Amino acid sequence: MTDASILEVHGLVAGYGAAPVLKEVDLTVPRGAITAVLGANGAGKTTLLRTLSGLLKPTAGRIVFDGADLRGSKVERHVRRGLAHVPQGRGVVAELTVEENLRLGGLWRRDAAGLRRDMAEAYETFPALAGRRKHSGHQLSGGERQMLALARALVGRPRLLLLDEPSLGLAPRVAAQILALLRRLRDANGLTVLLVEQNVRGALSVADGGVVMSLGRVAVAASAERLRDDTALRHAYLGF
Amino acid sequence: MDRFVFLTFDGLSRGAVYAAFALALVLIWRGARIVNFAQGAMAVATVYAAYSVTSATGSYWLGFGAALLFGLALGVVVERGVMRFVAHTSPLNAVIVALGLVLVIQAVLGMVYGNEYRPAEAPFSRTAFTVGGLAFLSRYDVFVFAAVVALMVGLALLFTRTAVGLRLRAAAFAPEVSRLLGVNVAGMRTLAWALASAVGALAAMLVVPTGLGLHPTSMELVFVTAFTAAVVGGLDSPLGAVAGGLAVGLLLSYVSGYAGAEMTPVAVLLLLLAVLLVRPSGLFSGVAARRV
Repeated sequence: MTDASILEVHGLVAGYGAAPVLKEVDLTVPRGAITAVLGANGAGKTTLLRTLSGLLKPTAGRIVFDGADLRGSKVERHVRRGLAHVPQGRGVVAELTVEENLRLGGLWRRDAAGLRRDMAEAYETFPALAGRRKHSGHQLSGGERQMLALARALVGRPRLLLLDEPSLGLAPRVAAQILALLRRLRDANGLTVLLVEQNVRGALSVADGGVVMSLGRVAVAASAERLRDDTALRHAYLGF
Repeated sequence: MDRFVFLTFDGLSRGAVYAAFALALVLIWRGARIVNFAQGAMAVATVYAAYSVTSATGSYWLGFGAALLFGLALGVVVERGVMRFVAHTSPLNAVIVALGLVLVIQAVLGMVYGNEYRPAEAPFSRTAFTVGGLAFLSRYDVFVFAAVVALMVGLALLFTRTAVGLRLRAAAFAPEVSRLLGVNVAGMRTLAWALASAVGALAAMLVVPTGLGLHPTSMELVFVTAFTAAVVGGLDSPLGAVAGGLAVGLLLSYVSGYAGAEMTPVAVLLLLLAVLLVRPSGLFSGVAARRV
């Protein structure tokens, strides 16, 4: 484990039922950078994130987060270590209000004052949420829900953020805003992001590096620049 | 007219107890998606515990407190020891296991305490006040109302104002996401059971001294009645549980008063049948929650 990488994955095998979806995934996530995880449907991108955050137990392999082996560690402890996962579909709790969802993100924290400060900061970063504090999750638009899910994850002060398809179902302008925000967070807080996206162009426009998955394995790992500019590579793995 | 007024107040008083018991059922339904068919038996066990403590110490209130504490403990034991193993399987399994638990609890109580009906003393007078010749509420009725109102206020504050309450709700609404946010969902489920069991204990302590008598099967009809009340109100709705409880209490009081006490079980079951046929989701059922 080098200081430059926040997460290392070795030979990860995981799946649902008999056939594994992830077939020996090796991956290194550089610290303080945005890494995009790309690939066709069914390649295993969501399964990868779910295995990293512990929702799915791997059958083989190692996950090392900041020097600590995550195997055997309970899901609910991960957020304390600085690992946050915003799942596909966002996971905004519809029955709770915006304020309650946000507070939920930081309930594990011991410092009440720090939590209040970070919640205030969240409202500054996402003014649309500030106006909807007492509204329940039901009443938010797709873009607002994504912002809430992101704000909620950030209130936990993560060092690594796993984001599953944040631009799904969002208008292009809103999606672009969210992706641009990730860049700002990386620059301001040194946040590391592992970003699963179907929106390849959008993802590569903000990412520093990218990993392309195919049939449960990592097919290519390269810088975002190379993935954008190398036409042969793009044609072969990204379909455009 | 006098009779009607008396029956109304008596019905509301009974209804308050059904409301409390229905709340216990709703708590577990919301927290674990299980109807706790063992709620009545668990509750009567706590009343026996109170009986033992009161006999030993001479204090009704120590017994009362013991019932609530024992209720908390029993909820934890039942969830950890039994119910968590059937939580993810078909709902029928949970029902069968709960019914089995009822048999076990009733048998153990019978072995330890015997199967005679024990008289249960109310801590306050059960004679109704009369105002201008109309029979009103008794001191005990006022106590029952006060206790149930305190319970509802306490639960409402717990769930809406405290961190634990937020965790309980999040764990019930969205268990997977809650785990990602650091909530100990399994622990919250146990806590929900403990709370519900303590609420059931309170309800049983309130109803047993009203002529029910203490016997291992005392709470069976109360369970069915409270379950009916919860279904009438909508199993997902605490407000519905309370409204359902009061409504059912009133109905049974009128039936008992005008048609005879033997008709009350019939009335309960007919009501349950009617609700399940006409509006199974209950009167207060809201929009089905969407996971987003």
